[in-house]
Amino acid sequence: MASDDIWILGIRMTKFGKHPDLDTVDLAAEAALGALADGGVTMADIGVVAAGNLMGGAGGIGQQLQKQIGQTGVPVYNVQNACATGATALRTAIMAIKAGECDMGLAVGVEKLAGAGLLGGGGRPKGDKEVYEPRGRYGAVATTDGRIGTDTMPGVFAQVGMEYGHRYGGTSFELFAKISEKNHSHSTLNPLAAYTKAMSLEQIMGDMMIAYPNTRPMCSANCDGAAAAVVVSGAKLKTLSLEQQRRAVKVSASVLTTDPWQEACQVLPDVNTLTRNAATQAYEQAGVGPEDLDLVELHDCFATAELVHYDNLMLCEEGGAVDFFESGAPWRDGAKPVNVSGGLQSKGHPISATGIANIWEVCHHLRGEAGDRQIDGATVGLAHVIGLGSACGVHILEKSAA
Amino acid sequence: MAAQVPLVEYLVLGDDPHLEANECTSCQARFFDRRNACASCSGTEFKRVDIPTEGELRSFSIVAFAAPGVPVPFVAGIVDCDGTSVRGNVINTEPDPEHVSLGMKVRLATYVVGTDDDGTEAIGFGFEPA
Ligand SMILES: [Zn+2]
Repeated sequence: MASDDIWILGIRMTKFGKHPDLDTVDLAAEAALGALADGGVTMADIGVVAAGNLMGGAGGIGQQLQKQIGQTGVPVYNVQNACATGATALRTAIMAIKAGECDMGLAVGVEKLAGAGLLGGGGRPKGDKEVYEPRGRYGAVATTDGRIGTDTMPGVFAQVGMEYGHRYGGTSFELFAKISEKNHSHSTLNPLAAYTKAMSLEQIMGDMMIAYPNTRPMCSANCDGAAAAVVVSGAKLKTLSLEQQRRAVKVSASVLTTDPWQEACQVLPDVNTLTRNAATQAYEQAGVGPEDLDLVELHDCFATAELVHYDNLMLCEEGGAVDFFESGAPWRDGAKPVNVSGGLQSKGHPISATGIANIWEVCHHLRGEAGDRQIDGATVGLAHVIGLGSACGVHILEKSAA
Repeated sequence: MAAQVPLVEYLVLGDDPHLEANECTSCQARFFDRRNACASCSGTEFKRVDIPTEGELRSFSIVAFAAPGVPVPFVAGIVDCDGTSVRGNVINTEPDPEHVSLGMKVRLATYVVGTDDDGTEAIGFGFEPA
């Protein structure tokens, strides 16, 4: 390990699902204490904390967590970056280490979402006299959601997938449902997933339509959960035990991007260009190519999104995502397993935890600790998240040579 | 006839309803909202340009589940109006995959969205099969 490398020393995710008796701090603490124990270190070793939470309201989750698990006086960064919040927290801790401010950091992401609707948005308060007056940047006199397209995530990402189909052909309701069938099947081997039941194509296609072509099981599952990681510099890792060195996972690339302007990005968020840019930078940083990846955890917030990211992450030729899927490659016994955790559709999507949870999955395969769903011999993996706004995080991870 | 206002400022009413965009004078990027500067080149000069009223449906979703008060199902769409992408519902057709297809030709159409307590009508727009 080179002294300027970054390594994941310890990592943990909670069971995703419903946790009515635990608050965000409980969940964050479970993940953080778990990651510290996994790495064989304590809060006294940590030089920086970066924490993410989107829906918890006021109050820095990082300091709230510190007060429960160790007020050591180190700097805390509270980060928010939509669904890329967890990846952003990790990246923040990595930057602090790369800047030489400390040699070990803790990143945490937590969210309580069980029972939350799929949607944001909403109308104006009722009661007042209604008089049409232009408001906001579009000078709208009334609610535009539902009248000028949709503001809902299922609808937006449905359009993302359909746009791909229009450009390259080959997509259908059934094809998108088959992607969901794969992920629900994969989740049966993941005891920490929110849902662990396989679903047939008929069940998936016959379920409640949310936003065509996405039915309910094709949408990410709202749930509670947290994930945390301890990151360490290569120089510090050399001073730790051989067992810690053996289990450490190398962060070969850590990249965060936003979407560059292009025609149409104002009317439909462009989730493609920023992902392609992040992947390009990550492959270059890591010195590996998509052909070297043994597994990929990508941001399948909807079945329609998974398809476009096969292409954006260059797992296939440009325009080749449908053929890539139909070849069987992204199934766990295929040439390029994707979302063997079950993905956001069945593992679940506690927003701020997701970025670190995707990395948790990859790390466990690289360590050979993924149990029944182990991808044999995995040495390189990629974790991807995207948040609308937009932000994209890509991390490439490699098994330790030690 | 009741007084009418457009649902959004970029919809121009009258005999020939159409959409207008703010076009950056240095890079020609087009925006429908009020701008501080251009997202593409950071220029600060814009001119108003008319958007063609006919286009091709480049993407859509049939939204069946939405926030309270939003009538469902409806067809959310992205329309390519001769190189300018426009967000708008597909209207005046059945909201199902048999009646809406990728690449279909559409044209701008307006309709009354609602009436306020002063009797003023809000006029919205969508795209109907051409
Ligand atoms: Zn410009």
